[in-house]
Amino acid sequence: MTTTLIDIKKEQERVKEQIKAQGLRVLVCAGTGCVANGSLKVIEKFKELGADVRPMTHQDKVTIVPTGCHGFCEQGVLVVIPDLDITYVKVHVEDVEEIVESHLKEGKPVERLLYVDPKTQQHVFKNEEINFYAKQTRTTLANCGEINAESLDEALAVGAYQALHKVLEKSDPDWVIDEITKSGLRGRGGGGFPTGMKWKFTAANKGGKSYVVCNGDEGDPGAFMDRSVMEGDPHKLLEGMAIAGYAIGADEAYIYVRAEYPLAIHRLRVAIAEAEKRGFLGKNIMGSDFNFEIHIKEGAGAFVCGEETALMASIEGERGMPRPKPPFPANKGLFGRPTLINNVETLANVAPIILKGADWFSSMGTEKSKGTKTFALTGEVNNTGLIEVPMGTTLREIVFDIGGGIRGGKKFKAVQIGGPSGGCLTEEHLDLPMDYDNLIAAGAMVGSGGLVVMNEDTCIVEVARFFMNFTQNESCGKCVPCREGTKNMLKILERIVKGKGEMQDIETLQELATAVKDGSLCGLGKTAPNPVLSTLKYFKDEYIAHIKDKKCPAGVCEAMKTFEIDAELCKGCTKCARNCPVGAIEGSVRNPHHIDQSKCIKCGACMNACPFKAIKQK
Amino acid sequence: MSDKKTLIINGKEVEFTDEPNLLEVIRKAGFNVPTFCYRPDLTQYGACRMCVVEVEYPNGRTIINSSCTMPPEANIKVKTNTERTRRIRKTVLELLLANHDRECTTCDKSGKCELQQYAEEYGIKDVSKYVQLRKDRYLPIDDSNPSIVRDPNKCILCGACVRACAEFQGHAVLGFANRGSKTVVQPIAGKPLGSVDCVFCGQCQAVCPTGALTIKNEVNPVWSLITDPNKKVAAQIAPSVRVAIGEEFGLEPGANTIGLINAALKEIGFDLVFDTNFSADLTIMEEAHEFVERVSKGENLPLFTSCCPAWVRYLELQHPDMLNHLSSCKSPQGMLSMVLRELVPKYFEGFTPENLNIVSIMPCTAKKAEAKREQLQKDGKYETDYVLTTQELAKMIKSAGIDFKSLEPVEGDSPFAQYTGAGTIFGASGGVAEAAVRTAYEFVTGEPLSDLDIKGMRGVDKNHRCKDVEIDIKGTKVKVRVVSTLKEAEKSLQEIKNGTADFHMLEVMACPGGCINGGGQPRSCDDTHIKEKRAQGLYKEDSELQYRRSNDNPDIKKLYAEYLEAPGSHKAHELLHTAYEDKFKGSYKDVVKA
Repeated sequence: MTTTLIDIKKEQERVKEQIKAQGLRVLVCAGTGCVANGSLKVIEKFKELGADVRPMTHQDKVTIVPTGCHGFCEQGVLVVIPDLDITYVKVHVEDVEEIVESHLKEGKPVERLLYVDPKTQQHVFKNEEINFYAKQTRTTLANCGEINAESLDEALAVGAYQALHKVLEKSDPDWVIDEITKSGLRGRGGGGFPTGMKWKFTAANKGGKSYVVCNGDEGDPGAFMDRSVMEGDPHKLLEGMAIAGYAIGADEAYIYVRAEYPLAIHRLRVAIAEAEKRGFLGKNIMGSDFNFEIHIKEGAGAFVCGEETALMASIEGERGMPRPKPPFPANKGLFGRPTLINNVETLANVAPIILKGADWFSSMGTEKSKGTKTFALTGEVNNTGLIEVPMGTTLREIVFDIGGGIRGGKKFKAVQIGGPSGGCLTEEHLDLPMDYDNLIAAGAMVGSGGLVVMNEDTCIVEVARFFMNFTQNESCGKCVPCREGTKNMLKILERIVKGKGEMQDIETLQELATAVKDGSLCGLGKTAPNPVLSTLKYFKDEYIAHIKDKKCPAGVCEAMKTFEIDAELCKGCTKCARNCPVGAIEGSVRNPHHIDQSKCIKCGACMNACPFKAIKQK
Repeated sequence: MSDKKTLIINGKEVEFTDEPNLLEVIRKAGFNVPTFCYRPDLTQYGACRMCVVEVEYPNGRTIINSSCTMPPEANIKVKTNTERTRRIRKTVLELLLANHDRECTTCDKSGKCELQQYAEEYGIKDVSKYVQLRKDRYLPIDDSNPSIVRDPNKCILCGACVRACAEFQGHAVLGFANRGSKTVVQPIAGKPLGSVDCVFCGQCQAVCPTGALTIKNEVNPVWSLITDPNKKVAAQIAPSVRVAIGEEFGLEPGANTIGLINAALKEIGFDLVFDTNFSADLTIMEEAHEFVERVSKGENLPLFTSCCPAWVRYLELQHPDMLNHLSSCKSPQGMLSMVLRELVPKYFEGFTPENLNIVSIMPCTAKKAEAKREQLQKDGKYETDYVLTTQELAKMIKSAGIDFKSLEPVEGDSPFAQYTGAGTIFGASGGVAEAAVRTAYEFVTGEPLSDLDIKGMRGVDKNHRCKDVEIDIKGTKVKVRVVSTLKEAEKSLQEIKNGTADFHMLEVMACPGGCINGGGQPRSCDDTHIKEKRAQGLYKEDSELQYRRSNDNPDIKKLYAEYLEAPGSHKAHELLHTAYEDKFKGSYKDVVKA
């Protein structure tokens, strides 16, 4: 059968012209973070004030473009004007007029709205001088924040659907799988399974009905790379899915997105509708005989539905509980049919690999971990946000260069990497090139790429308790080790942070952790003990301090705080006693006061009230 | 043979062919691994993690996985008893016990509880290092169901009941609620088990490894009847009890123990002992007559059998519009109780309608509920006073200190002692239909059917849950369908509703394989061959009996001649037939949609 494909380059040129005609483009972030900070109002105000402005760049007009997430969410609302090479941060609706008047009309940047470098304390004028961005390599996130995510034209202008076009032109599914295999791409959702191999296994079952499933059930606390892709560059994901479908012989696909991502769902729906309308999805894609239909399935928020078999059970309308493997989805997946399931970030890498070649992709990264990886950088660093770096980048580069170092000049203590399934890394790992295998060897994992930076004031036992509480709540309750084991681990950790731990608890924790890891049915249970195991490995002394000395070295655990009045410094002003909500402080006027530890509820009100700094927390 | 492959288990080379999972291969090879959630007739679930094994692949990679969910693979090395697997099992047991109501001595499953058994085998003596979750969260015992008692404090969430309810009966009333350590199994919408559309089949408790689901035990009130000098007690024993109860006393499944049961009942103190096989014959007389009549009139076809109370209830609850298809015959239990109420005071001295009590011994938990049907009362009194399951009778025999195996077999009491092979095979799926055809043939043609073995209706395993048989009655083709499980029955009902059904009779048994695998029978959930052996025991008795057609039973002939006149007579209708009730409460499916 001869089919004539559309001329996609011509289409790109056409939309590029259209965009050029927009004049000076002011990009305002309309990702979830910035929307929460009021970016919709900022956009409205810009549209109102910028409507008739003739910018000083001598362009015809100003166009306000709502974009996806830039990643630098804590500095939102972000306003980027590429033609002026400038980024404004923390923009409020009241600031819009000044930007328009001063910068757009007269060419004078509004200095007070510029990013301040945490090291130099200087305002940064040029985009490439912002450290947060300068050290990143953005391929997955390349278009996030650069284009209007609800416009297919804007996506086409930056090359969307060219990879799919190339695939259809080549008309060779095996070539696609070879290319993905050669690129060395590995699953970005957690396990790091070689993507090409997964495609090959699924393609081997070609013949009947097969499915492509995109796992967008991003549940790790703090991780939001998948959301950013779905919100900021949905066509890249759709294109990746279509290529996958072509490679494995599937004509139907599901994107499983959690219902807590309404904006992502909305943008995906808009993107699917527009792509179908214009022949980039649906029947006879771009004039070929390839059909591909994508459905969206909204998840109800169970973390375990990010586990592939539970996710498929959920799509089928069953309770979201993992199913034993084998059979693997490649053989028997959704509705019992061969199914290729990849996560959002993995699929977002597909189109660039096809377009630029496997060699381009494998030139980045380490020997066994190729390409780039996104991380959600949070915690006690100066610059938090979503970043993308080549595999093999060291923790030091991420924390101290991109992250701008520890906030408030405090000391670095550890990072929790890979979310609740990951582990803790310490100072000794700062120069470890981060890739799948190095992290596993160190007792952590890339996971979805959550990266929480902790300083000296973080209690490591409390961190372990926090993550255990999370996995315990999110366990589906199916298998015994995960359901009962994590509950018991949590209870032990709760006991320890309350100062009621016993030395035997450490042994029981170890025992349980091993049994849960070995014995659980799915990935959730198999990795749930990681935070405990890694903290026990690197910070055992902190556990012992909590248990033996009844002390929290970081001074975080409420139950172990003690407040004491320094008799030398106390002037007997009675202020502390008057501020104590439980009457735990005794003493007469002008005489040193005393805290009754049995009554004290460790609220710290006395310490805050003392004008002489006589009260100390120990 | 080319499809023979081998793998290594604990160093021993083992052949395998089409076993569904590694666990079956392990068991076949003479090894065993413990399990709570694996039940061969249900989907593999992999939740309890007790059957974990270490598997080494030819490439050297070693994994730990549940053997019940792993397909066997050639050349793998399997180790069932390593330090790691034992540690996992031990931790699982300890964690389960820490969260379990450990009042074992007063538990109905004591001595038969798998958790108890494995805890003992693995030497679990102390679980105090774990949180005693059950102490903070004691849940009320649900006693609202007429057949089954649910104690959530003993549930280990293996999900076997949930799967049994959904996979056998389709219209699942049990499910999981909540997540993580708060997960519970509960009847739909958190209602009591007595308020949902439960059909009382008892398959949930038949697969339950612990005391979380048990049969409603009525042994004590029966003992009270027996020991009361002012009361007379007659027993009736259902067909399939005789081939199963022996298992409780170390006999092989399928061994026919009817003589021993009769003896044991007399020993316990029952005054009279009758056989439900007799009334199974009576049922056939009435039902075959009804069937022939319906066929000749072309009315209310296909005819549905009405022996299975779970099936009757299912129709009343879910498809009241199809109750006209249901045979109006009472079940054999109902028929015999009524006949005994009418005739025992006439035949036996010292028995009056007031002092006569009837206890039936059934393979079935739903019979307990059937006995309490409004329609089955006479003069304000239930026709059957108590229903004991096979398991309960075994307990009675044990508590009476009777050495079952060494009893001298005893015959049932006359005048209803004789029964035919047609009555006996009621206990296996297909038996009612086969018996009905044997007699209906003669009713229509006036000649006896020559080949009495209708093999197409037999078979009780997973692959025989729907059997279609065509019978040529002198040129008239009659199609009979036999199904077991209500899930399978529902498919046939849908065929009738959408007009594609071409059968004239539908035999339904709610339990997979029929009464031999009933909810009240001794444990058979972990060996699919047990029910096959029990069925063989029934067919063996059938083949050996003098009479194999219900209409040949001399006692039946006598009963009609002296009392009931003829099948379908006014008198027969008064005593042996019943009415049904529309119990439709709305479908859960509608609720979910709304």
